[in-house]
Amino acid sequence: MRAIVAIIRRELAAYFGSPLAYVFIVIFLALAGSMTFFLGGWLERGRADLQGFFNWHPWLYLFLVPAVGMRLWAEERRTGTLEFLMTLPITTAQAVIGKFIAGWLFIGSALLLTFPMWLTVNYLGDPDNGVILASYLGSWLVAGAMLAISAAVSALTKNQVIAFVLAAAACFGFLMSGIEMVQAIFSSWAPEVLARTIADLSLLTTFNQIAEGVIDLRYLILFGSLIVTSLFINVAVVELKKGA
Amino acid sequence: MDTLLAIEALSKRFGAIAAVDGVSFKVGRGEVLGFLGPNGAGKSTTMRMIAGYLAPTAGTVQVCGFDVAQDPIAVRQRLGYLPEGAPAYGDMTPAGIMRFVAEVRGLDAEARKQRIGAMVERLDLAGVLGQPIDTLSKGFKRRVGLALALLHDPEVLILDEPTDGLDPNQKHQVRTLLGELSAGKAIIISTHILEEVEAICSRAIIIARGRIVADAGPSELLVHSAHHHAVTLRLAGASLAGARRLLAGLDGVAGIEERATAADRAELILLPKAGVELLDRVRQTLAANQLQVDEIFIERGRLDEVFRDLTKAA
Repeated sequence: MRAIVAIIRRELAAYFGSPLAYVFIVIFLALAGSMTFFLGGWLERGRADLQGFFNWHPWLYLFLVPAVGMRLWAEERRTGTLEFLMTLPITTAQAVIGKFIAGWLFIGSALLLTFPMWLTVNYLGDPDNGVILASYLGSWLVAGAMLAISAAVSALTKNQVIAFVLAAAACFGFLMSGIEMVQAIFSSWAPEVLARTIADLSLLTTFNQIAEGVIDLRYLILFGSLIVTSLFINVAVVELKKGA
Repeated sequence: MDTLLAIEALSKRFGAIAAVDGVSFKVGRGEVLGFLGPNGAGKSTTMRMIAGYLAPTAGTVQVCGFDVAQDPIAVRQRLGYLPEGAPAYGDMTPAGIMRFVAEVRGLDAEARKQRIGAMVERLDLAGVLGQPIDTLSKGFKRRVGLALALLHDPEVLILDEPTDGLDPNQKHQVRTLLGELSAGKAIIISTHILEEVEAICSRAIIIARGRIVADAGPSELLVHSAHHHAVTLRLAGASLAGARRLLAGLDGVAGIEERATAADRAELILLPKAGVELLDRVRQTLAANQLQVDEIFIERGRLDEVFRDLTKAA
């Protein structure tokens, strides 16, 4: 635990000690805001909710989260600090978990900074704050799942650009697995159960459910297992690639 | 001898290449082991396996009685490791990264302050504590790496080229530090600088192509040098010509090397046949022929010569 906390502190210091944090936060807030107003037509809808705001989150995450995740391991391998880190008295799992939590907290802090949106709807009308809270949670879970996937991909390569592109592609796959285009690929040959399972793994479908205020235990399990599985793969890849 | 590090039949293969091939040795408390070998001989690979970064293909490593494969965390707690090139997070400051390592290693606030203070003083880091490591000179980066390896006062120290990139004063400083630390610890340093081995190591292992080709004290290694107990004379003018003629035929001389030092001055190096002490014979010959010598001395041998002989042989 001590080691994980030390790693989280170091990682957070690294985020906020570099331009990455500020670029990420400013871009995230600017895009989230402008998409809500211009593409989402928030004012025109005349409804006191934040659906038009949250709907865009998965798409923002699609390229912003891999940008956070790509450096987690690729950079350590490229600069040789992986050898320094992995010869400290910590397990690979502790390092993987510490890095993931730090990144997730960082994205969470960017998400929290959107609170003026929440203040605004509460000023303008009488929204269902329970739904808004659920949407924030769902949004953070989507980001967490994508971050875990990106981190695992990052461990595969020394090249951050490759890590970014592969992670974005993998996240896109998980985001879209529910839509008909992806389903059509599987339903033609895969057993119905498999096709259904793939559809059920869709981050987008699940997020939309949560954003409507439906927090089902199954959704939490889905995100939890996606994150845990990705981190597990992350540990295995770091172990496998160490020193290679 | 209190054995702190025991390596048994250690091997590492990368595909078809055997980087380390059946290396065994032990290092006891108080020993400073110089780890020598040409580039690519397997020095860093061996050190990485000791530190638990690379898993061996075969063989075992034990640090303070703990097996690296079975109990990697216990080993790393007792080990200070400076990886090749002293990697460190470039965006952190020396103060920040020392604090991070102290936290990971579980030093309490009191011990952390005391140990970091000691490292700053011993390695002269006070002036750069707040600068990002990326902006530091090579010498400072190396010393930050050393501070990180030494921070928890480990019993076993594995240092991959600890003095690379340091200026002569800093090299001296680090050697003095290691000499002072050596009493209670087992230390392994890899180096290309052979004078360093003579200066601080109590023992040297030379490896080539993944195998140990020599394991002895520096003075024992010097016995294998062609220049071991060679007699060097500095003379001039007529004496030089005479000495050249007379000494070449002297019994026990295996060969003569000559190096001009000025217009009519030169250095003659008489290489002895194995086990022969030449000095008295040379003196007698010179006296009998009334040859004037400016300087005469006996060489201890040249480690670089031994190194070349041992590592180039197929």
